[in-house]
Amino acid sequence: MHDALFYIFSAAALIFAFLVILNPFSRNAVTSAMFLVLTIGSLAGLFVLLEAYFLAAVQVLVYAGAVMVLFLFVIMLLDLKVEERRGFKGWRRKVSLVAGMFSVGVLLHFIFRSFHQSTLHRDIGAIEGATAPLGQLLFTQYLLPFEIVSVLLLVAMIGVILLSKKDLQ
Amino acid sequence: MTKIGLDHYLIVSALLFALGLLGVLIRRNLLVMYMSLEIMLNAANLALVAASRFNNNLDGQVFVFFIITVAAAEVAVGLALIVALYRKRQTAHVEDLTTMKL
Repeated sequence: MHDALFYIFSAAALIFAFLVILNPFSRNAVTSAMFLVLTIGSLAGLFVLLEAYFLAAVQVLVYAGAVMVLFLFVIMLLDLKVEERRGFKGWRRKVSLVAGMFSVGVLLHFIFRSFHQSTLHRDIGAIEGATAPLGQLLFTQYLLPFEIVSVLLLVAMIGVILLSKKDLQ
Repeated sequence: MTKIGLDHYLIVSALLFALGLLGVLIRRNLLVMYMSLEIMLNAANLALVAASRFNNNLDGQVFVFFIITVAAAEVAVGLALIVALYRKRQTAHVEDLTTMKL
């Protein structure tokens, strides 16, 4: 059951992520945003499989909720035209093809080599990312970073207000 | 007993990261590039949560919590920048933004 769910959720996440960047039917930003919501939902499912229940909830609330609403607001505010395809021409095309093939080859080489020497263990631990133990850690050992992050959010809010004023002077 | 181990999750995370990187490289719309960045951040989150689960250590999940918070702040600021840019230039196409090109 766990295995089947893992394969379903990861296949869904990968397919939806592919449709975000390379949708064959539409180059519309709204379609990409909708598929990004689905990707994030599948990732939340993977988090549940990993027993990180609090993070799965945060993922749905913050990413699929707040962040994606922000994205959709901006897309509709900007009234974008359909993205044009402007390819490279001439020697630039050849150089970029060769460089891309070369870097993919190098990466594949290292990936296969590291899988041969892989020593990743497979025993499942008994840890559970429920709200209570995570909160305990957050308010004892990680109290200072927690407070700093709250200041960061305040700074981001002020920055956004400043940036969206009519005249930036 | 389940056969899914840490390496399965790490492979999914690597593929997701590669997809995000591909999106940043090939799409020319600033907003879609930004969404690809989010995919990359999420891939990193998945790797961290899996590592925390299989090492019996909650620190990784606390780190993911901070990453999500910072990503939310980053999205707010980035989208405000895109809106300000669009107001000045009427475009969200990266190839039209060449003011700083030598």
